[in-house]
Amino acid sequence: MPRNVIDVTDLTVEEIGQLIETAEDIIAHPAKYQDACAHRQLATLFFEPSTRTRLSFESAMLALGGGVLGFSEASSSSTTKGETVGDTIHTVSCYADIIAMRHPKEGAPYAAAQVSEVPIINAGDGGHNHPTQTLTDLLTIHREKGRLDNFTVGFCGDLKFGRTVHSLVNALSRYENINYVLISPLELKLPRYVKEQSLKSRGIPYTQTTSLEAVMPQLDILYMTRVQRERFFNEEDYLRLKDSYILTPEKLAGAKKDLSILHPLPRVNEIAVAVDKDPRAAYWKQVKNGKYIRMALIMKLLGIEV
Amino acid sequence: MNIDSIHNGVVLDHIQAGKSMDIYRYLHLDELDCQVAIIKNARSEHMEKKDIIKIDSPMDLDLDVLGYIDSNITVNIIRDGRRVEKKHLELPQKLVNVIRCKNPRCITVAEPQLDAVFLLSNPKRHTYRCAYCETEESKKF
Repeated sequence: MPRNVIDVTDLTVEEIGQLIETAEDIIAHPAKYQDACAHRQLATLFFEPSTRTRLSFESAMLALGGGVLGFSEASSSSTTKGETVGDTIHTVSCYADIIAMRHPKEGAPYAAAQVSEVPIINAGDGGHNHPTQTLTDLLTIHREKGRLDNFTVGFCGDLKFGRTVHSLVNALSRYENINYVLISPLELKLPRYVKEQSLKSRGIPYTQTTSLEAVMPQLDILYMTRVQRERFFNEEDYLRLKDSYILTPEKLAGAKKDLSILHPLPRVNEIAVAVDKDPRAAYWKQVKNGKYIRMALIMKLLGIEV
Repeated sequence: MNIDSIHNGVVLDHIQAGKSMDIYRYLHLDELDCQVAIIKNARSEHMEKKDIIKIDSPMDLDLDVLGYIDSNITVNIIRDGRRVEKKHLELPQKLVNVIRCKNPRCITVAEPQLDAVFLLSNPKRHTYRCAYCETEESKKF
């Protein structure tokens, strides 16, 4: 059975530590890895469009000296002819050594893993999981803070529907002494099942608030997400709340000097462009880190050591 | 009230009172050709009231399904008029094609030919999660 990564918890804390270590080495010595995956093929099967994730995977494989094949939307695959996910994966696993797939249906990568002869990496399945984004977030936190424990992290925005938030909360819950501050409108609070599964069941304390400014001075990491207008039942509530979560240089006035601001991107208006110049903005570095951690993950799942 | 003892078959005992018809339907007992007796509200020392189902024919029961419906049920196997085995049920760790996922965004809804797999997520609360999308399915019984 090939090794798959469908959920970030498919990897142990030790394995995540090794991936981060490899990614750090790739950043320091990129030439060492330029032929690591020579003559290997990565299939990127994107049944729904993506900018960052697909290009990041392809860029990662190319930087490892491997080849890339695949499609970037379902309309250019046999899905339009009614082919099942399983049959598509079965076919592609005859051509490629490893598959990264994104699919609008939740659980599609799990279905793929049941039939694939090569490793499957979940590159996002609907609103469910996006483990390589979480690995990217973990690498970024590690690079910014030098550790994955002993800090206060604020999650801000749409905590109800944001899959990256659920996944990162779950992943961080395996590390020691992290304070969680959940900042959202009442309508978009972190779902109860995420709090129960990841925090309450492990006795991890958290605080919930609607005010970003009130908690800003406590935070070591601020993970921003977009508040989505379509999620509100009431236009008045949206108008009342939307500007509360637009991060501006003024709102950062009370923040720590070594705060790290993360965002899974794409952003709409929740981080003012002026914040990009702030040295605490880590979201563009986060994009770059996504390539390195994916390089490390591809190597691991192919069993390649350099 | 007298119900004749069965000679070769199965007795499902300690069914929560009022739930016997759910089990009758779930196990498709209506499709059997043999005698099936449903006893409702029988007196019970431990349960006060209980239901019992007697099936007058040897049959393979899906114990996972029964365990999922009610893990307190006891299954008595009867041969030649005597009980030869008494099985206590447990909550199954995995359910395959017993319940379907209700999440409209789940791949098993889009591709119904996939096995519907649920994994026990919280034994205390008797809850299962879809192995594909992790949507929680609470017990309906």
